[in-house]
Amino acid sequence: MMPHAAEFIFPNDMNGVAWTVMIVLYPYITGLVAGAFVVAALYHVFNFKVFAPVARFALAASFSFAAFATLPLLLHLHQPQRAFFIMFMPNFTSAMAGFGFIYSFYLTLLAVEILLVFRSDIVAMANEKGVKSLLYKALSLGVLRETAKSKEIDQKWIHVLSIVGIPGACVLHGYVGFIFGGIKANPWWSTALMPVIFLSSAIVSGVAMLILLYVIISKMRRVSVDDECLRVMMKLLWLFLILAVTLESLETLNMAYEAGEEWHMIHRLITEKLRFSFIYVQLLIGSAIPFVLLLIGWMKKIGPRTRVTLGTISSLLVLIQVLSMRFNVVIGGQMLSKSFRGFVDYIPEWHGREGIFVAIGVFTLPFILLTAVSQILPVWKVDAHDH
Amino acid sequence: MSCCDKKGAKDTCCETKHEPTGVMDASESRREFIWDAVKNFTFGALTLTAIPIFIEKADAEEVHTDKDGKEKTGHTVLFGYLVDTTKCIGCGGCMLACKKENDVPDGEFRTWVERYVYYKDGSVRVDVNLKGSFAFTELPPIDKETVEKSFFVPKLCNHCTDTPCIQVCPVGASFKTKEGVVLVDYEQCIGCAYCVQACPFGTRFINTKTQTADKCTWCYHRIQHGEKPACVDVCPTGTRTFGDINDPESEISKTLAENRIDVLKSYLGTRPKTRYIGLTAEVV
Repeated sequence: MMPHAAEFIFPNDMNGVAWTVMIVLYPYITGLVAGAFVVAALYHVFNFKVFAPVARFALAASFSFAAFATLPLLLHLHQPQRAFFIMFMPNFTSAMAGFGFIYSFYLTLLAVEILLVFRSDIVAMANEKGVKSLLYKALSLGVLRETAKSKEIDQKWIHVLSIVGIPGACVLHGYVGFIFGGIKANPWWSTALMPVIFLSSAIVSGVAMLILLYVIISKMRRVSVDDECLRVMMKLLWLFLILAVTLESLETLNMAYEAGEEWHMIHRLITEKLRFSFIYVQLLIGSAIPFVLLLIGWMKKIGPRTRVTLGTISSLLVLIQVLSMRFNVVIGGQMLSKSFRGFVDYIPEWHGREGIFVAIGVFTLPFILLTAVSQILPVWKVDAHDH
Repeated sequence: MSCCDKKGAKDTCCETKHEPTGVMDASESRREFIWDAVKNFTFGALTLTAIPIFIEKADAEEVHTDKDGKEKTGHTVLFGYLVDTTKCIGCGGCMLACKKENDVPDGEFRTWVERYVYYKDGSVRVDVNLKGSFAFTELPPIDKETVEKSFFVPKLCNHCTDTPCIQVCPVGASFKTKEGVVLVDYEQCIGCAYCVQACPFGTRFINTKTQTADKCTWCYHRIQHGEKPACVDVCPTGTRTFGDINDPESEISKTLAENRIDVLKSYLGTRPKTRYIGLTAEVV
């Protein structure tokens, strides 16, 4: 409570921010889904065969993240039992109302693509004897026979789904950005750049997570990392990192240059309240350092072992960058009281439904699912026609 | 394999080569069924769209009665609210009345009173009465040597004409009544707090008792029966005026016509129906 202070915030802001760490986690997990979209689009649509070693795994990873993208939202809702109202009685003037539909569409698209990509393996295992085959029989959706013709049709559909996935991913991630970008009451959010920023940072985090998982799991499986695949992924990450950071910086620079009424408070927000998470983490540790590391890392002269090290470190830093960016947008925006005369304090809670412990728990779930999926499906198998 | 099984052969074989038998074949009856379904659906959809339009029209022509039971026909009631900041003494009685009338939890506010203090050195300090009942007396006294001017500004929901809160509500739980009052359906609200983010005036909050979005209703339960909102009723100086702004004879319409009127954050284009007399540029 600060009624005596020279700073003034609206009384209802004194109870803290309305959107907590769960709303930081929601766009973060959603963004990680983008890894598959990039790899699938480049591999299946633009014929980048270099991604063959990770093509199947990327789909499985993305599906695992997508499966839990809504859980933070559910934990955040004050009336979670009414969550499905958003689909049964949507108010389409709300940016949030489309969420249920866009998300369901994208999750279904990913699931169907996975079933088609893994169809041969599923059918083969469904025809084996034993209890385990029951699971594969279920996954086969009753198709227990494959022909050359059916494989051809499957390939065609994988291609189609990858193509549809491109605008699909743009809508999904752009939409998440629009939830914030469309709020004119908040000058830190209200920018047409927000959807593009969210799309590009989603791609960045998705590719970084893919690199990190690829390197770590290869180490655990005691197999060597495909050097060219890693190199191209790092180059891609470097490129999208530049795009994302440019857009993020442009948003702030534009506000600074125009120096409108709101800049006075936003300047203080960045330099005082978000000094650590914005300047140090998002811009320096998470952007500048990986920019250099990735630049060195994708050069051909670098040896495979150094590349793995550089790839691991830079991906980890980039993942931290995107998490801090989500924090700076979601929490930072709410720190700005709409009185524009003071800041709302954000004190994260550890326990409770929206606490940090639960957030950590939620974030581990996609990895558990991914481990399960990896046990069920041959995610590291490389398509025969590509090698 | 019959000719019908061939892809693309349907149009050329089944339809043209069949002898007329007098009995409708399967594909024909299916086609008829679909066509009927389309026709019926379209008719139904148009009817259902038209009904609310007629109902709305009927509502607009409804006869309203004022407090004394006099009939007021020929116009639709549109409520408005006027705050004359030059009259407010900062007693906070309005806040206490609101809390009691609407069972607002402690620490959450449907209305509050801000104090603006302008110092001779050019600085401005804003503080707020959080308790009501002359709580400003708990704040440091104003030094007449250093202070140039000071005044109070009561705040409440602006019941905007173009509402950002209704716009962003994903389930349509926030809505506007035909009299222009912005309300929340507590049975429908999912508690996502998107409206709290979208309101530029900080007047929405998540009610810790109901776990839904909450805000000033202009005491809708009172004004429906011709009474005034509790805050208006209790104000000892007549700072707050409430009434039908479509009725040129109402007190609020006359005051609006006679004074220079402003609204908060007009640049956001929400067209508030809570209006003010005596605002300065520093009031947000």
